[in-house]
Amino acid sequence: MTATKTKAADAPKSMEALAREFGLSAEEYKLALSILGRTPNVTELGIFSVMWSEHCSYKSSKRWLRTLPTTAPWVVCGPGENAGVIDIGDGMVAIFKMESHNHPSFIEPYQGAATGVGGILRDVFTMGARPIANLNALRFGDPKHPKTRHLIAGVVGGIGGYGNCVGVPTVGGECTFHPRYNGNILVNAMTVGLARADRVFYARAAGIGNPVVYVGSKTGRDGIHGATMASAVFGEEVEAKRPTVQVGDPFTEKLLIEACLELMETDAIVAIQDMGAAGLTSSSFEMAGKGGLGIEIDLDQVPQREVGMSAYEIMLSESQERMLMVLKQGREAEAERIFRKWELDFAVIGRLTDTGRFVLRQHGQVAADMPVAPLSEQMPEYARPWVPSPPRPTVDPKSVPVPDDIAGVLKKLISCPDLASKRWIWEQYDHMVMADTLQRPGGDAAVVRIHGSDRGLALVTDCTPRYCDADPKVGGAQAVAEAWRNITAVGAKPLAITDCMNFGNPERPEIMGQFVGCIEGMAEACKALDFPVVSGNVSLYNDTGTTGVQPTPSIGGVGILDNLRVMQTIALKGAGHALVRIGHTRGHLGASLYLRETEGREDGAPPPVDLAEERRNGDFVRTFIQTGKSLACHDCSDGGLLVAVAEMAMAGGIGATLEIPTGALPPHAFLFGEDQARYVLEVAETDLATLLTHAENEGVIARRIGTTGGASLTGVGGWAISVGELKAANEAWLPAYMSGNA
Amino acid sequence: MKSAVIVFPGSNCDRDVAVALGRITGHAPTMVWHGDRAIPKVDLIVLPGGFSYGDYLRSGAMAAHSPVMTEVAARSKQGVPVLGICNGFQILTEAGLLPGALVRNAGLRFICRDVHLKVENTDSMYTRRYPRGQVIRIPIAHADGNYRADAQTLDRLEGEGLVAVRYCGPNGEIGEQHTPNGSARNIAGIFNERRTVLGLMPHPERLIEPALGGSDGRPFFEGIAEALAA
Repeated sequence: MTATKTKAADAPKSMEALAREFGLSAEEYKLALSILGRTPNVTELGIFSVMWSEHCSYKSSKRWLRTLPTTAPWVVCGPGENAGVIDIGDGMVAIFKMESHNHPSFIEPYQGAATGVGGILRDVFTMGARPIANLNALRFGDPKHPKTRHLIAGVVGGIGGYGNCVGVPTVGGECTFHPRYNGNILVNAMTVGLARADRVFYARAAGIGNPVVYVGSKTGRDGIHGATMASAVFGEEVEAKRPTVQVGDPFTEKLLIEACLELMETDAIVAIQDMGAAGLTSSSFEMAGKGGLGIEIDLDQVPQREVGMSAYEIMLSESQERMLMVLKQGREAEAERIFRKWELDFAVIGRLTDTGRFVLRQHGQVAADMPVAPLSEQMPEYARPWVPSPPRPTVDPKSVPVPDDIAGVLKKLISCPDLASKRWIWEQYDHMVMADTLQRPGGDAAVVRIHGSDRGLALVTDCTPRYCDADPKVGGAQAVAEAWRNITAVGAKPLAITDCMNFGNPERPEIMGQFVGCIEGMAEACKALDFPVVSGNVSLYNDTGTTGVQPTPSIGGVGILDNLRVMQTIALKGAGHALVRIGHTRGHLGASLYLRETEGREDGAPPPVDLAEERRNGDFVRTFIQTGKSLACHDCSDGGLLVAVAEMAMAGGIGATLEIPTGALPPHAFLFGEDQARYVLEVAETDLATLLTHAENEGVIARRIGTTGGASLTGVGGWAISVGELKAANEAWLPAYMSGNA
Repeated sequence: MKSAVIVFPGSNCDRDVAVALGRITGHAPTMVWHGDRAIPKVDLIVLPGGFSYGDYLRSGAMAAHSPVMTEVAARSKQGVPVLGICNGFQILTEAGLLPGALVRNAGLRFICRDVHLKVENTDSMYTRRYPRGQVIRIPIAHADGNYRADAQTLDRLEGEGLVAVRYCGPNGEIGEQHTPNGSARNIAGIFNERRTVLGLMPHPERLIEPALGGSDGRPFFEGIAEALAA
């Protein structure tokens, strides 16, 4: 960021004016003065500004994040570390987190997305885990918007380019579109890793005199002040922010993974932290702060890519593929050997002290001298004013015109951008490397085997932003419930989630109200479903001018499948089997895809989420799957019951005849309504009676809706459409769009 | 049988192929670091898939000059079988152990999916367990898998039975529309003259059990085990 550098060097302005430019408010600057007891120099001011940026400090969101449930008997480490840790049995833990890279990905889609993947991988292997799966949640603008195609191509290329090279399979995700993301796309990346329960590494520094070690890539002038950029609304000058985006090197990351994991086999490491947002500043402050210690760093020892870098530039650089460690004294040579073998930089750059101060030296001079604890203890925290989103009326299904062509509507829905196959995307991701991918993209949840065992992890990302926009609380609950349901649908037990909260400008009360509402809904669902939050990330200021994104709390869910033999896929398995719907159909059309795609309406309340019903139905389905009698299972979500059945038919290449009594509901409400807590099961005729009896005993609604077989989907009233035609329509849209033909 | 898997910086299918070899041949391979000049006495050397040196310069170009490759070439000359999968195939062409080159896919994108392959020559230790002309399903995962060579070389490969497998349709149809990456004459894998060296873009090690979606890759390793047990 040469502009800032010049300004800082020339120092024509007062420090206070520079503080404003760095994103510190007048109040925050005053606080910095009182903590320091004097006027900060440019380096110190830069450190205050990134440490207190929204991105690093969570100053607008913290008070609400505290209300989320974060504990369960299987939670080893909740939010606050680099990633969350859960016990998955057999002496193993799963370590995972999801993080946003929205602002950089809009400015420079390939590198923005690539470094998003790199950053989240580091958060996970920092803690001692070998990454075993990547997922993502992508939101793009209107396909008709002139930038959308270029953004998709860049983001998908970047995610693939990074993940493929490091050799971690990208196994799942979601991708939807809405004009509200035209000026602010969302790129959320999730990594899941595995570690031995007795080999988890934390960021808490300890041991006065212990060496502080820098490993990985050299520090350059890239990404300076990236965390501040990610804490501001986009204006007209977006393009000018390109230099704040970092450049990723997945090859170095791969070496860094192997070198760190090799060193972690020894007991030389005291603490370790990746250099992510705010780089060396944040990592060193966090390690010292968590240990209640001081730290001294000699900047001349920091490996640098360019000559003549100032202290300010070194401390605020967001160069990628770097880690900071505290080693036990005397273990430096052993560690250095490993990093040299992997051809990585290794440098002892400082020591832990008992002063409680953060001291930087460069060229023999003190470049910064600040107290460690007050920067985090007195970190600004805001109770931003908020107003609840106004409730929307429920849509009466009888008020929505009856379509004359059910098959035509179905075809239209399964080929609309949100439901069209995303094969074009996930075939650019290596989703099979590591040879443990048991369920590839396209199903309810990805399933990755725990290497060398017969157990697996079920992994998902979920959110329905249009529900969150219509009613943040219901939408927040629904996002958690859908993640739980998708994990259940493959037969796994849901364990915990990571959240990635993407919202607009929190200084606007209506946006803050969306945030508060989503958190409330999520908290209720996490509690009711025993599905706690163990890690997460908040991305605010996703606005351009006064248009903000749809509130999007992306949920990354992890579950355990103890018996891989019963794992379910959505594909129909054969002809002559019964199709059974679990859960109550109420015909809820508000905020549905049906309403949007056929009537052009986005109004109405979203489907209510009854968490007790969700839990009852899900526990029932999971228990039934464990008996080994279920042949296929799919949850009902976007597009409702008929879309769910169509997806099962397309995946299996087998048709079905539906014989559905719609009762008092209009057929389109019955078929396309998006009522929650529902599943479709395929079972042999001989197992049908048992299923229905068990359901009745458990107080769960289970209804036969049809029979599998044939090459078409056929419905009541004589409508029919071939599975081949559906599949062709479902697969056609995205490739055609990306080649400029749709 | 004894085998060695060479690990380059950036290899990422080294574990996968080691697991497949260990499971199917019953002998876990020795992992050899690229910087080592010595390879233990083995019956098979494997160059695994991945992104050696990040694919910088050209896929396989820098790995081909790794210290260990001098020994790989020497052993190959002595008749020790060498199998290169994906990035391993790219390294073999860059090292001159196989003819031709693997360039950017015709569609310019990375492709990861199952493809159909026709087994063209079963007279090798790698393909002996497949019936001739059999159509198998194996995944590919690469951005640079477009096989190119001059017409004379391609004619020679075909004439001398050195094409191991070709991309094809589900019923064995050979045609341009069935190559996922634009490879000349649908070539997915080739042998050297003695059929001791095999370069293969698809990944047989990824499909060795029904849980992973199929077992069509298994006979590759069964063939190796059978040939080298003798």
